[in-house]
Amino acid sequence: MSILIDRDSRVIVQGITGRMARFHTKDMLRYGTNVVAGVVPGKGGETVEGVPVHDTVKQAVAATGADTSLVFVPPPFAADSIMEAADSGVRYCVCITDGIPAQDMIQVKRYMYRYPREKRMVLTGPNCAGTISPGKALLGIMPGHIYLPGHVGIIGRSGTLGYEAAAQLKDNGIGVSTSVGIGGDPINGSSFKDILARFEQDDDTHVIAMIGEIGGPQESEAAEYIRDNISKPVVAYVAGLTAPKGRTMGHAGAIISAFGESASEKVEILSSVGVTVAENPAVIGDTIARVYKEAA
Amino acid sequence: MDIHEYQAKEILAKFGVEVPKGALAYSPEQAAYRARELGGDQWIVKAQVHAGGRGLAGGVKICQTQDEIHDACDNMFGRKLVTHQTGPEGKDIYRVYVETTAQIEREIYLGFVLDRSSQRVMIVASSEGGMEIEEISSTRPESIVRSTVEPAVGLQEFQAREIAFELKVEPGLVQHMVRTLQGCYRAFLDFDATMVEVNPLAITTDKRVVALDAKMSFDDNALYRHPQISELRDKSQEDPRESRAADRGLSYVGLDGNIGCIVNGAGLAMATMDTIKLAGGDPANFLDIGGGASPERVAKAFGLVLSDKNVQAVLVNIFAGINRCDWVAEGVVLALKEQQIDIPVVVRLAGTNVEEGQKILAKSGLPIIRATTLMEAAERVVGAWQRDLSQGTRLRAAQ
Repeated sequence: MSILIDRDSRVIVQGITGRMARFHTKDMLRYGTNVVAGVVPGKGGETVEGVPVHDTVKQAVAATGADTSLVFVPPPFAADSIMEAADSGVRYCVCITDGIPAQDMIQVKRYMYRYPREKRMVLTGPNCAGTISPGKALLGIMPGHIYLPGHVGIIGRSGTLGYEAAAQLKDNGIGVSTSVGIGGDPINGSSFKDILARFEQDDDTHVIAMIGEIGGPQESEAAEYIRDNISKPVVAYVAGLTAPKGRTMGHAGAIISAFGESASEKVEILSSVGVTVAENPAVIGDTIARVYKEAA
Repeated sequence: MDIHEYQAKEILAKFGVEVPKGALAYSPEQAAYRARELGGDQWIVKAQVHAGGRGLAGGVKICQTQDEIHDACDNMFGRKLVTHQTGPEGKDIYRVYVETTAQIEREIYLGFVLDRSSQRVMIVASSEGGMEIEEISSTRPESIVRSTVEPAVGLQEFQAREIAFELKVEPGLVQHMVRTLQGCYRAFLDFDATMVEVNPLAITTDKRVVALDAKMSFDDNALYRHPQISELRDKSQEDPRESRAADRGLSYVGLDGNIGCIVNGAGLAMATMDTIKLAGGDPANFLDIGGGASPERVAKAFGLVLSDKNVQAVLVNIFAGINRCDWVAEGVVLALKEQQIDIPVVVRLAGTNVEEGQKILAKSGLPIIRATTLMEAAERVVGAWQRDLSQGTRLRAAQ
């Protein structure tokens, strides 16, 4: 069993008729992901790559028993789509969309709290590359071939930097249990802490790797959580040592605005709770490999 | 996106926040004339630039006569104002705001921000207005009052009242304070702001609550639904390189080094900058070309990076998922041919269609330096830059 997604996950793609969504639906099917339906209002009855399209998420869930959703909907409508999934019995939702207004995400988060914990959908993203359990299922836009199946759990804010880490691991012959992109936005569905808790409970995950960056409190909050709750070894890398203060570096969330938000402060806070920090992005793979071999 | 003080005050006034009477001017003559229109016997002239710390930098002057206004403006117009927030290059002063002055009894700090921990709007207030919030939080942290807003129902009156009483606002003015807080919150919400700051919020001797300064920033991701806010954009206050990038759909931040970077993904772009530094170089910029970049977009990225005259070598680092290495390679070849680039260019490609990409680079016959790993790429670009630099020096010495 892997966290969040598995071979049995029944996946719908919201916004499946878009150009990007079509391309990646094909890619996911090729990887073996169980994509059972698409949802686009007004396009019910069509098919994309052989996948039937429905008008609403509830219809798609009723027809296929879907429990997982991938949102590819453009920014002005993405928040609405996430809430539709949350209200339709979907258990896990990944939102790829980049550029959702922060106020919309505040609404989404508030909306999800209407549901009692056991019925509440788990959201990762937005503005992320998705989630992959190598050899089982791929839910997102990452190139599947750079991930070997294995026992390192990866949590990252940046998509491409996550690829970099996975490729370096592969060069070291080390595989991944699940890699989760939590996204680069200031208000996101799940934090490092939320995913750390899942990896701690997951028998397939032996070492956890966190790939953070400047801006926001989530790496520091994760450090506190690791100190008190995580027994597995954790390796971290924080991007942006050379980033200037007060400037947004691409990701809406990557801006240093308070104490504890710069890369060097985050490195210090994580080191202080026993996390092994990779000093530069070129040695992420080697550092994880070393910790992994020590733990084995 | 940031706007000017006078624009923020216009918005807040519409939501019931009291602001001083004021008028905008584009020349010293206009400023003096408009002061007469405003009436009174004392005015404050404020340079309109997108930066704090204007007072200390000479961007704010109190004047008693129209001659004084004229002279104050003469010293501002056409100048660059350098404050601790603008960087050494400063920001151009093209307009000033003239206001009537108020008799201040006390000054309050008021800020509305997106709090990333609670994932809600947070109000930050302090009885120590007039100082910057960073200074207040280091010297008088106990004076800071915080309150988060429940998004389903908005800012409640009791919350606003609590803040007012915590700040020891006298009972007769509490209702006025509540109206001010609720007005700022509505403005924040209705226009998708990421920050509203009123500092100072003054309590005047004639018992009014008045916003003497105001700052607003807006969520770029939400501008599509606020054309009236997009109208307020002032490109003269932006780094021209960044304006050009934004107009081309690229995310760019100019820095001080001389190694240009072209990368996909924000995290990888930051990591690339860090690796260049580690290899002994200095990055000239942050640049994310985004997903699904066409050859043309890559070529535009080159144009943008090279418009910075400090750039002496370029590193292209692509780990393609949603991108395609062959498109990127075509873009690199296109740029090198069209733009006659005579500085070292290092290209590292990985991920989707990497073999096709490498073939395109190899077949082009251009002097492109290739690398397979991130570290190798950084070492090669720094090495090539240093070699180029020493050769250049020798050439100049020989001439």
